[in-house]
Amino acid sequence: MSRPAAIGAAAALLAAAALAAAFVGAADLNPFATAAALLDKIPFIRLPSSLDPVDRAVLFQIRLPRVVLGMLVGGLLALAGAGYQGVFRNPLVDSGTLGASAGAGLGATLAIVYLGGVGPGTVPVAAFAGSVAGVAVAYATGAAASRQGALGDGAATLLLAGIAVGSFLTAVQTFVLQRSASDIGAVYSWLLGSLSAASWQQVTTILPYAAVSTVVILLHGRHLDVLAVGDEEARALGLRPGLVRLLVVAACALAAASAVAVSGLIGFVGIIVPHVARRLAGPSYTSVLPLSLLSGAAFLVLADTLARTVLSPAELPIGVVTAFAGAPAFIWVLRSTSHVST
Amino acid sequence: MRTPLFIAAALGAAACAAALAGCGSSASSSAAQPTGTASAASAASAFPVTVTAANGAVTVKSAPTRIVSLSSTATEDLYGVGAGKQVVAVDQYSDYPAGAPKTSLSGLTPSIEAIAKYNPSLVVASQDSGGLVAGLGKLGIPVLIEPGAATLAAAYAQISQLGQATGHLARATSLVASMKQQIAADVQRAGTVHRGLTYYWELSANPFYSATSKTFIGQVVGLFGLTNIADKADKAADGGYPQLSQEYVVTAKPQLILLADNQASDGGQSPAVVSARPGWSVIPAVRDHRVVGLNDDVASRWGPRLPQLVAEIAQAVEQASK
Repeated sequence: MSRPAAIGAAAALLAAAALAAAFVGAADLNPFATAAALLDKIPFIRLPSSLDPVDRAVLFQIRLPRVVLGMLVGGLLALAGAGYQGVFRNPLVDSGTLGASAGAGLGATLAIVYLGGVGPGTVPVAAFAGSVAGVAVAYATGAAASRQGALGDGAATLLLAGIAVGSFLTAVQTFVLQRSASDIGAVYSWLLGSLSAASWQQVTTILPYAAVSTVVILLHGRHLDVLAVGDEEARALGLRPGLVRLLVVAACALAAASAVAVSGLIGFVGIIVPHVARRLAGPSYTSVLPLSLLSGAAFLVLADTLARTVLSPAELPIGVVTAFAGAPAFIWVLRSTSHVST
Repeated sequence: MRTPLFIAAALGAAACAAALAGCGSSASSSAAQPTGTASAASAASAFPVTVTAANGAVTVKSAPTRIVSLSSTATEDLYGVGAGKQVVAVDQYSDYPAGAPKTSLSGLTPSIEAIAKYNPSLVVASQDSGGLVAGLGKLGIPVLIEPGAATLAAAYAQISQLGQATGHLARATSLVASMKQQIAADVQRAGTVHRGLTYYWELSANPFYSATSKTFIGQVVGLFGLTNIADKADKAADGGYPQLSQEYVVTAKPQLILLADNQASDGGQSPAVVSARPGWSVIPAVRDHRVVGLNDDVASRWGPRLPQLVAEIAQAVEQASK
């Protein structure tokens, strides 16, 4: 598929997913009244809707912010995953590999256990800080180690440092949790991820971080393609691999941290979506990055729609849905791309 | 910190189903009518005494002088029946009454050795986790498992049983009588018929867990004749504690919201926080300021402070039905 065609298809899929998500939920809103209420929001269109105030509150204050937040989170996670894969020249990397998820998990656990998770802001801020700190520590240790020259390849060293830092942070988190058994339920449901607390306030809070990181990552598509041939070759082409790596990793960390802050840990989006994007439009990051952004958004909106309808009015943790759908899809991608070098 | 009643109750129900020894109503009736050989004439002469707890018949040979409680409700029960002076250690969540000898012992992940160090003559817990009964049994220490009560009668029966097993049956009987009387008085004052008055009981937010009418707490609120919005969402697998989505709660339009998660240590979902949730302002309970933050600890236990919970609910019901 050509690049414009693939991007157009992903955008259409996203629009369809968002629209479908707006029409289903635990509250059985009349679809015609819902459509009228939605169209009424478009400038220059005035349509009377028979939705009563309660239904309107459900649609505009509970359901729509959740759909929009799902788009943001899914897009950011997939984009960050694609960015990391480009930086590390490794198709199995995502924000989970580099200490970001472990850091966020530790931050959220500390906030829930020691601060009681009080206030709407505590856990998100702690998760955000933990996520960024996890990547920063991993990056600093990895960079220091590769300067020592112990390992030749800078990317591989960073990755190993990320795995070590992640394991360490997870151990601390498990220890803290073990000391406070009564908080296991709250921490567990955070770790599995959920968009059930979505609000417009969360959307506007993460929007600036999302916008900055998205722009930075998207601008580096060409650089990542050059980086793919190796550090030496990239240097010969006039690129500074260390600087590109630092910029993209920082932007990816910011993107993933803002997503994690409002949704908890949602696995697999950052790995499978970029792979599907590669299958659709080839390995160039100039198309993988925007495609990941759009299809990640669509994938998470669909996953969340499943999460909140399958057991309605109960909800599945969204991490369960993404992994349940994601793991088989990933295996399929592996099987069908095993002959292609990534 | 509290031990969530709904988890305890679910575990208790599972234990009932699994064990051959009956608990719940059969245990309550046997406990309410002492199965011991002696009468309550004299505390000392009543021993040895055999009671039927959730873990079967347990014989306490002599009046226990060193009691370890691993359940916050049992701790309150023990102090309520006058056995406080015999209690040598309570678990990390037993925060009431203030004088109870709180330790780092855990009822969820108990350490047999740590418990044995207190040289107890009786151990009370709400669940048999980590091989508690078997482990202490090897040391010859009797254990009473008093799981989350399924009914008010079962809660009363546990108090009577703990009174009997500790040599304070008479005091336990009068405690139960006074609890019943206080609850009856509050229910009478607030009225028992409030048809059409709906309520939402919040156990936790994000995910939002509630309790249906068939749960212990649902029965307590049910004394006032209210309609529970969680009943329609109940599925067999939920054990009476279904998860609800925000969309469900808002469209169910409850007229009263009772928060069992409003204290800082339990999630801090105070009435102010709940009222500020996006979209919730259209709920009648929020609009009319009928969101009530309960004492979470009392609301998640089934001990002698139940009348206090009933009084809180009675006040809320009276205001809501004005």
